[in-house]
Amino acid sequence: MEENLITLTIDGKTVKAKPNTTILTAAREAGIDIPTLCFLKDINNAGDCRMCIVEVEGRRGFTTSCITAVAEGMVVHTNTPAVIEARKTVLDLILSNHHEDCLTCIRSGNCELQALARKYNVRKIRYTGEKIDHEVDDKSPSLVRDFNKCILCKRCVATCKKVQEIGAIDVAERGFSSCVSTVENRSINDVDCTFCGQCIESCPTGALHEKESIDELWAKIRDPETTVIVQTAPAVRAGLGEEFDLPIGTNVTGKMVSALKALGFDKVFDTNTGADFTIMEEANEFIERITKGGVLPMTTSCCPAWIKFVEMNYPEQIPHLSSCKSPHQMFGALLKTYYAEKEGLDPKKIYTVSVMPCVAKKFERQREEMKNKDGLYDVDNVITTRELARMIKEANIDFEKLEESQFEDPMGEATGAAAIFGVTGGVMEAALRTAQDTLTGKSVDAIEFKDVRGGAGIKRATVNVAGKDVRVVVASGLKNARKIMEEIKSGKADYDFVEIMACPGGCVVGGGQPIKSSKIRSEVDVRELRSAALYTIDEKSTLRKSHENPVLKKIYADYLGEAGGHKAHELLHTHYEKREKYNLD
Amino acid sequence: MEKKYDEFMQGLFKEYKPDKDNLIQMLNEVQEHYGYVPRDAQEALSNFLGISMAEIYGVVTFYSRFSLEPQGKYKLSVCLGTACYVKGSQKILDRIVERLHIKEGETTPDGMFTLEAMRCVGACGLAPVFTVNGEVYGKATVQKLDQVLDELMKN
Repeated sequence: MEENLITLTIDGKTVKAKPNTTILTAAREAGIDIPTLCFLKDINNAGDCRMCIVEVEGRRGFTTSCITAVAEGMVVHTNTPAVIEARKTVLDLILSNHHEDCLTCIRSGNCELQALARKYNVRKIRYTGEKIDHEVDDKSPSLVRDFNKCILCKRCVATCKKVQEIGAIDVAERGFSSCVSTVENRSINDVDCTFCGQCIESCPTGALHEKESIDELWAKIRDPETTVIVQTAPAVRAGLGEEFDLPIGTNVTGKMVSALKALGFDKVFDTNTGADFTIMEEANEFIERITKGGVLPMTTSCCPAWIKFVEMNYPEQIPHLSSCKSPHQMFGALLKTYYAEKEGLDPKKIYTVSVMPCVAKKFERQREEMKNKDGLYDVDNVITTRELARMIKEANIDFEKLEESQFEDPMGEATGAAAIFGVTGGVMEAALRTAQDTLTGKSVDAIEFKDVRGGAGIKRATVNVAGKDVRVVVASGLKNARKIMEEIKSGKADYDFVEIMACPGGCVVGGGQPIKSSKIRSEVDVRELRSAALYTIDEKSTLRKSHENPVLKKIYADYLGEAGGHKAHELLHTHYEKREKYNLD
Repeated sequence: MEKKYDEFMQGLFKEYKPDKDNLIQMLNEVQEHYGYVPRDAQEALSNFLGISMAEIYGVVTFYSRFSLEPQGKYKLSVCLGTACYVKGSQKILDRIVERLHIKEGETTPDGMFTLEAMRCVGACGLAPVFTVNGEVYGKATVQKLDQVLDELMKN
């Protein structure tokens, strides 16, 4: 379609671009970088920050390249002395109202504002004046909002409102008082936030971050009386390497396990084993519902942000949720019961830690329902992939030079089915593998369900399971989750099984994963690269069906009894409750 | 969600379509009716229009015509625009603060007066001006203000 292209000149280079392309996109596609701050591909292009200004011949003043479409014959200059000076002034103005505590800031070294200040050699802030002074909101177990670091780029607002369609935060007030706020500027803990953490992933500075729980963890690791057991979620191994400058999508399982051992964890296990338990229980629950006329469609329950979303927005649809706990909760429950018993450990002296690609898991672990009958939490601490990386750095471990090692026996074995839990569609695929074997009573070879793979927000498929057509839906992102819930609510749902993950693309791009700059997110598909790492693990696994995991077989035989049985229900299942969206009184 | 709303709100829901674009107009009516935008009304509008509470809060706090607190029976607005300011309107404002013991944006505990500073009302020829519930008092002096306040306090 050559004839439809627009020809323009950028920095002396002839560039062809499709109509309606912005100058920014056209320049980047031609290999000419323009700095940005508020721009976030497909999510935010508001033209607010003015970092991306350029000069266009024949136009007065500067042109904001992220919101200006290319035109035939346009002559653009991205790097004139005037442009550079203006960008410096923009930075100067932003920094004049910024709390400059870079040394101790959680985003130091990975902050887009800091990077630009460095790039433009900002040595002195010329403007001084009043500075915003907001109270830091650290009341929630998952998220911390430090508005003093906010530069009003509104990337978080766009993410919450447009990508997730929650709108827990928005811009309030006016002029100098403008700020990103919840309703009545309440704590994020008291409003309709699901703790998906996608806002953190979109924040260029340290204004939004996870509630760190590293200090408490160090204390437990150093306490000789406590047995500290760690487990790591599938998606962590596909992201952690990036914090040590490895390419996106590098599978670092072996080095990660070595690092965890070096950090002083007493036992290093795999949440994937927990995921295999989840599949056993969930597939069983699904078969029960289908054969005995239970509530359908059944939806997955591994994602705590999704659960909170349903509890707040669709309480009357709670019976559609699987009663299965999420994998790390199941595994934590087994560690404090079965494993403690077997190893002769006092459960009170076991401290269980989950490394998760997620901040909602921090909320999930402290839910009252996640305590066992002795009042002990299944999981005592949840840290994000980022926090683990910080601990490894703090311990002065040279990650890249680590030898590879394996998860420990007897509870460290997991299948390929579990590995793909970290990807949208993965839980569905894993469940179908087990369901078809269970229903046919034999080992079916066709185990790759390609229809439920890929990055689409909603995937619908009809799969043949043991001669029966099962209609499934896979949705990721809460905007899509809402669409599915509306279908279910209005009785239009003509499917049986639904997988939902709150983060668009699944846990590989969860709110606890390494934060990628706007520039990287413009250039590569982070989700795809990290997902590929997990699918490769699956392909290379000898065991690719959860029910074939020997650890499971043994624990069901020795301890739990049947999947869905009494003991399994006590330890591996939970319940949900209607939750108020707002707690304002 | 199944909260019962008062007659006024129910009437509003009959009058307007649940279209996001109606937010400002509906907020206007709410402000007019209650004298402020109560939280219950914000919640009702949020449910009716499918707009998040945070967004409605953002709109209410952006426009000075909306307030989150009940307003006094008499709204005293002092113009601090250039012309009025040069002609000494700060003294008028200070006098109100002194007499009523409220600051800008506040309401007296008895619910009688709300004080606010405003920009130009387009009556610069009458500077300095203040308004009471929109009624303009021009060429104002502290004495003139005192008379007006005394009069209002009798009611």
